[in-house]
Amino acid sequence: MDFFLQLLVNGVCVGLLYGISAMGFVMIFKSSSVLNFAHGELLALGAFFFLALITWVKLPILIAFILTLIGCFILGFIIERFFLRPLIGEKLIFVIMLTVGLAAMFKGFILLIWGGNLHTYPEFLPETMSLQWGSIYIAPVYTATLVISVLFLVLFGLFFKKSSQGIYMRSVADNQKAALSLGVHVRRVFALSWAIAALVASMSGIVLGIINGVNVHDLSSIGLKVFPVVILGGLDSIGGAIIGGIIIGLLETFTGGYLSPSLRDVVPYIVLVFILLIKPYGLFGLVEIERV
Amino acid sequence: MRRFSFHPCGNYREKYAQELTIFETDYGRICMGIFLLLFFFAAPFIVSPYMLYVLNTIGIAAIAAIGLNILVGYTGQISLGHGAFFGVGAYAAAILATRLGIGFYFAIPAAGIITALVGMVFGIPSGRLKGLYLTIATLAGQFIIEYVLVHWDSLTKGTMGITIPAAKIFNWEIAGDRAFFFLIFVSLVLMTWFAVNIMRSKYGRAFIAIRDNDRAAEGMGIPIFKYKLLSFAISSFYAGFAGALWAYYMVSITAEPFNLSLSVEYIAMVIIGGMGNIPGAIFGATFITLLNEFLRYITGLLMNIGVITSSGLNMAPLREFVFGLAIVLFILLEPRGLAELWRIIRSSFRLWPFSY
Repeated sequence: MDFFLQLLVNGVCVGLLYGISAMGFVMIFKSSSVLNFAHGELLALGAFFFLALITWVKLPILIAFILTLIGCFILGFIIERFFLRPLIGEKLIFVIMLTVGLAAMFKGFILLIWGGNLHTYPEFLPETMSLQWGSIYIAPVYTATLVISVLFLVLFGLFFKKSSQGIYMRSVADNQKAALSLGVHVRRVFALSWAIAALVASMSGIVLGIINGVNVHDLSSIGLKVFPVVILGGLDSIGGAIIGGIIIGLLETFTGGYLSPSLRDVVPYIVLVFILLIKPYGLFGLVEIERV
Repeated sequence: MRRFSFHPCGNYREKYAQELTIFETDYGRICMGIFLLLFFFAAPFIVSPYMLYVLNTIGIAAIAAIGLNILVGYTGQISLGHGAFFGVGAYAAAILATRLGIGFYFAIPAAGIITALVGMVFGIPSGRLKGLYLTIATLAGQFIIEYVLVHWDSLTKGTMGITIPAAKIFNWEIAGDRAFFFLIFVSLVLMTWFAVNIMRSKYGRAFIAIRDNDRAAEGMGIPIFKYKLLSFAISSFYAGFAGALWAYYMVSITAEPFNLSLSVEYIAMVIIGGMGNIPGAIFGATFITLLNEFLRYITGLLMNIGVITSSGLNMAPLREFVFGLAIVLFILLEPRGLAELWRIIRSSFRLWPFSY
């Protein structure tokens, strides 16, 4: 029973990580319908930027964290302005392959500078943040993850419901042409959504880096694991990303715990195929109605 | 005998069949014939063994890229699993050759057919899904096949890999780069001929109709699911055939090379070469293979420069960076690829020197 409970808790923790990693992905898809294959590399860029700031520049943690977020916000703007904007209205495959190309570029860049080894952050989370109930132990990072993911969900919820930019973003997601004709600055919305997505990605990259250490290959494979998560939750639902993340996380830890550890990595994709066949728009996604 | 047409000064087409000709002029046909003659009878005997190896790799990649171009460029179904299908073909040939002792002349096409069946299984989601959802489904297919190749120990010997007996036909052993050059390029010519011609048939027109608008195609009486599956099957057949050739050429195989980055490489070939263009796939395969070899050479060179070696900087990731950059630049600057550049060059020669 303890084993089961510990797996359950681990699964939820891992799942929350997947969820917050997927949030940035969903942001981009929701506003500009771009499938971002470079998401894992965006996570990695954030994590490595933070690493550079605290180990090379030796800034205090909080300042480094804020600087990383600002840096990635600007990076998101730049990516949208120079790479994605020329492709507005182009075929899907070009957009997908562009993000694949960007992913290769970012990965090569990170490997050139930091190499493929595992780096670790210095310990900075206080041990008092850990939770202990009987035999079940939750590490401080996971508590931090829980706090961060709830915080971001609330923030995003408020942003999309209350702020004018959030409402513009929703209108663009809903109907780009109608939004354009009502005076929404669609290009700015695209740029903003990339910037916010890069910011969220860098944050989740840092959290992942605290837990597993910073390694390009691991982080970019998380970027691919985002796909089952978002398909399960619905490609355009931010809350769905979190719930999808938790389900995939539970599935992975239970397969790893009870069936076989090697099956663990492939199970999300097997589930993905079945979800796609049964309910392609996911649990909370908007069903697209298509006309000729 | 009909008159040769070398240089028509206008468009004199009267029938639909004339629009469908592969070579617009006899000039092109004769050039192609001369090129093929030179290529087959001179190239393997004058180039260095290393260049012959590069040529062979290009040939294998070109077969697989033509297959992917049929699926992506003509039918409009994006597949991220082509590298895995290539691996299925390689393993199918290896298993047929080692377990059943079948000769290569039978094992290679059989591997293609097995891969076509696997491809059809992974094409089933295309009945309900399209666009990016289908892309994600094929991505899942890539991971699932990769997992099966590594973990089905009893069949694929897992991480040990399989060593394939030499390709032999009546005591005559096909070994060495030169013998494989003929095997690979004769296959490439046949496969190109087949691909070009299938695109001129009813099937090819149905594929193009599905690419342009699948709902409208269905409305016009094309059973789209059947044709999408057919397209997956043909494309996987090419991948499997190329994979089988590769397995024989490399002698021993493991599951490692058939990963997502191989699939990405094939899509890059199709895009850089030109989508919906059969010669384009060959250009793309040439470009990517040469780029890979060139970058390997450059990084090897850079590693030996004193300053870089002593600073401990690893230059190998430069390859990945430049590869990504090439894809990005082609998409941004010439999305129709090398085939379009080739067309522009040819048409500027047509009116040369009076181009206005």
